[in-house]
Amino acid sequence: MSARRSSKAAAEAARSASLFAALGDTARLRLVFRLCDGGPLSITKLTEGSKVTRQAVTKHLRVMENAGLVRSTWQGRESVWQLELQRLKDARRYLDLISKQWDEALDRLRAFVED
Amino acid sequence: MSADWIEKKVLLHAPRARVWRALSDSAEFGTWFGVKFDGPFQAGANMHGVIVPTPVNEEVARAQKPYEGKAFEITIDRMEPERLFSFRWHPYAMEPGVDYSKEPATLVVFTLEEADGGILLTVSESGFDRIPLERRAKAFTANEQGWGMQVKLIEAYLVRTP
Repeated sequence: MSARRSSKAAAEAARSASLFAALGDTARLRLVFRLCDGGPLSITKLTEGSKVTRQAVTKHLRVMENAGLVRSTWQGRESVWQLELQRLKDARRYLDLISKQWDEALDRLRAFVED
Repeated sequence: MSADWIEKKVLLHAPRARVWRALSDSAEFGTWFGVKFDGPFQAGANMHGVIVPTPVNEEVARAQKPYEGKAFEITIDRMEPERLFSFRWHPYAMEPGVDYSKEPATLVVFTLEEADGGILLTVSESGFDRIPLERRAKAFTANEQGWGMQVKLIEAYLVRTP
């Protein structure tokens, strides 16, 4: 990831959007999976075959848009939604780093108490 | 692993009392973690410390060296003898000149369970969903190189010390 790209990401986040909060909802995760499989998709397509209303889907997409997880573009007369993959990777990497920090600390603890 | 929660388990071949002391005694905790605290841990206490290279592993100590003397603060949450120890902190609070005290903290919980051959220690860290995204973006860009190196050190360490 380039430095320019991450500083842009940081600037977007000034809106205090919360990436993890945006992902911490089953309906939103389902939309992420739909977009993974078949994105970009319109709201009509995203609503098809689900019990969730169009309004609810739109609301979830807005939450995720504020967190930089998805973005929409106009295609003809309707907007289509797609995932911002870089942001998902960023989320993953942040936890990976902290996770590795714990692996390392626990190794030291083990060496310490088993000595 | 869920999107905002970390959990680790490790089997420690040591008596429960020994593991508890290594967690609950601020000097012992500091020894393996690589930090020196200003007093004993107590539930609810704000602990001030500074980073000191750990004497437990010299390679890791070298990696910690650049951070030596940096302030390290945790707030003790619960201390249930030989069972549970928890605290709150600001992960990656490493950027010079930033006051992290007003930011949301994550909660770190250690629990001890009896297991075959020792104590199964679980550590979990939660609350990442409350940390501003901007901070997280900075944290991993700032630390990317440093952590890459750390990980190599750990791998080398694990190969040598199975």
